[in-house]
Amino acid sequence: MSALSPIYLLVGGVLALLALRTARDAGNPRRAAGALFWGVLAALFVAGDFMSPLLVGVLVVVLALLAGFGGVVRGTRVERDPIERADSAQRLGNRLFLPVLLIPAATVAGVYGAKFLQVDGKPLLSGQEATLLALSLGCLLALVAALRATRERPLVAIGAGAGLLDAIGWAALLPLVLAVLGGLFAAAGVGDAVAKLVSVVVPTDSRFACVLAYCLGMAAFTMIMGNAFAAFPVMTGGVGLPLLVGLHGAEPASMAAIGMLCGYCGTLMTPMAANFNIVPAALLELRDSHAVIKAQVPTALMLLAANVAIMHAVVFRHAG
Amino acid sequence: MNEWALVGVGVVVLGFALRLNALLVVVAAGLATGIAAGMDLQRILELTGEAFLKNRFLMVFVLTLPVIGLLERNGLREQAERWVLGLTRLSTGRLLLAYQALRQVAAMLGLTHLGGHPQTVRPLLVPMAEATAMRGVGPLPERVRERLRAMCAGTDNVGLFFGEDVFVAFGAVLLMQSFLAQHGHAVEPLAIALWGLPTAIAAFLVHGARVARIDHRMAAEIERIRTQAARA
Repeated sequence: MSALSPIYLLVGGVLALLALRTARDAGNPRRAAGALFWGVLAALFVAGDFMSPLLVGVLVVVLALLAGFGGVVRGTRVERDPIERADSAQRLGNRLFLPVLLIPAATVAGVYGAKFLQVDGKPLLSGQEATLLALSLGCLLALVAALRATRERPLVAIGAGAGLLDAIGWAALLPLVLAVLGGLFAAAGVGDAVAKLVSVVVPTDSRFACVLAYCLGMAAFTMIMGNAFAAFPVMTGGVGLPLLVGLHGAEPASMAAIGMLCGYCGTLMTPMAANFNIVPAALLELRDSHAVIKAQVPTALMLLAANVAIMHAVVFRHAG
Repeated sequence: MNEWALVGVGVVVLGFALRLNALLVVVAAGLATGIAAGMDLQRILELTGEAFLKNRFLMVFVLTLPVIGLLERNGLREQAERWVLGLTRLSTGRLLLAYQALRQVAAMLGLTHLGGHPQTVRPLLVPMAEATAMRGVGPLPERVRERLRAMCAGTDNVGLFFGEDVFVAFGAVLLMQSFLAQHGHAVEPLAIALWGLPTAIAAFLVHGARVARIDHRMAAEIERIRTQAARA
């Protein structure tokens, strides 16, 4: 159990409703597999705290097999008539925006407010817990505001949310499974192996070659891991500190800052960063799941080049 | 440590290249990595389960969906279109540029939650961008619409990524500071945050220039598609 358990219960509720809808959707050719997928996922959110890690691991493999062999397809869409929607927009006007804006506003207010929740001078919630609780509270407030404005029943709202989740499909689970992979990579020492590989192929007596190796290494390893935070300690410990700082006298603060941003360029170019690249493609109902990455690649490559130039220009400012 | 640990990386690259189901590829890569590192199956599954439970927070975005879904049912996207069409001088490029600037500046101030794909991109930015793009030319060809939507999502990402790192209390800044401290380099978080500024400015210029040209690019593409269709 944690401070986040009530939130997971709510997430599980939406998942359970989607499982139920899928089970009853006669228009879905794979409804049994789909219902099982969403149902197992719902169980992991509602009752995960009471399951053994081994059971959870087995269920994750089951989810991957269900999705991997085409068991999760989009159900029949029940969309409201466009004319009704246009009428409603006419009637409600800008009142429709208010709940949307309430989510970020309440999240930001909640995050700052949580800093004052202290027991014996220590914050009651960690930064991450505070953010997630504030976001969830913001969603609940926004839901109440939206229900009042539209005069709809709560179940209609949850059904509409389940419909959106159905449109995203199994991709919604990808960020979470990638985080699991990151943990396994770390446990197996993938980072050390990559850092060793880079330091073997780089001509270390050239400053520029070392800058290039660190910047490109950050971008490439971020693309593999899907997360610049995971790449940073590996590349900085394996390449940045020994070669740039140790050998060539680079200044560590600017090197680290710009190195991390090279990693962010990698994030823009990889399907492994699913929550930024793949989930939005599904959410925006794009046919090409890599369309967002393709839109970002020119920006990412130009910025990566800019980062190499900036790093080379500034990190050696104190070195001879 | 052994080089066999890299087997998982190979599985991921190959799986994505072959466009196999990403969920299956990632779980398979995890199993392969564990086996290559000499763990037994039970240990791998336990590690998987522990990491899954710990990272469940990544699905909390699901809670925004009932709000967005309910409002969309009641005409949110239509209203976003109506509102933006009232601003007659607003081109698609200017709209995206304004969004990028707002997103980046807000992230620099630590307000990273003032946006996001389910919160603002799908319900607000995309309908507004499509409405401004359709002004004068009518319904967009599918390819143009896809690219415009992808650019909306990309603009949110770029604004967020290259803004948040300038905020001194952001997790990445603190991660870098504590990592450097562990390795014997005492640096101020503020110094790290400020060295994010040159790249932040570069990001605004590079992506801003691409976004500003989008009206021309869409017009040229629509023209090309229509001539092709006329010839066929």
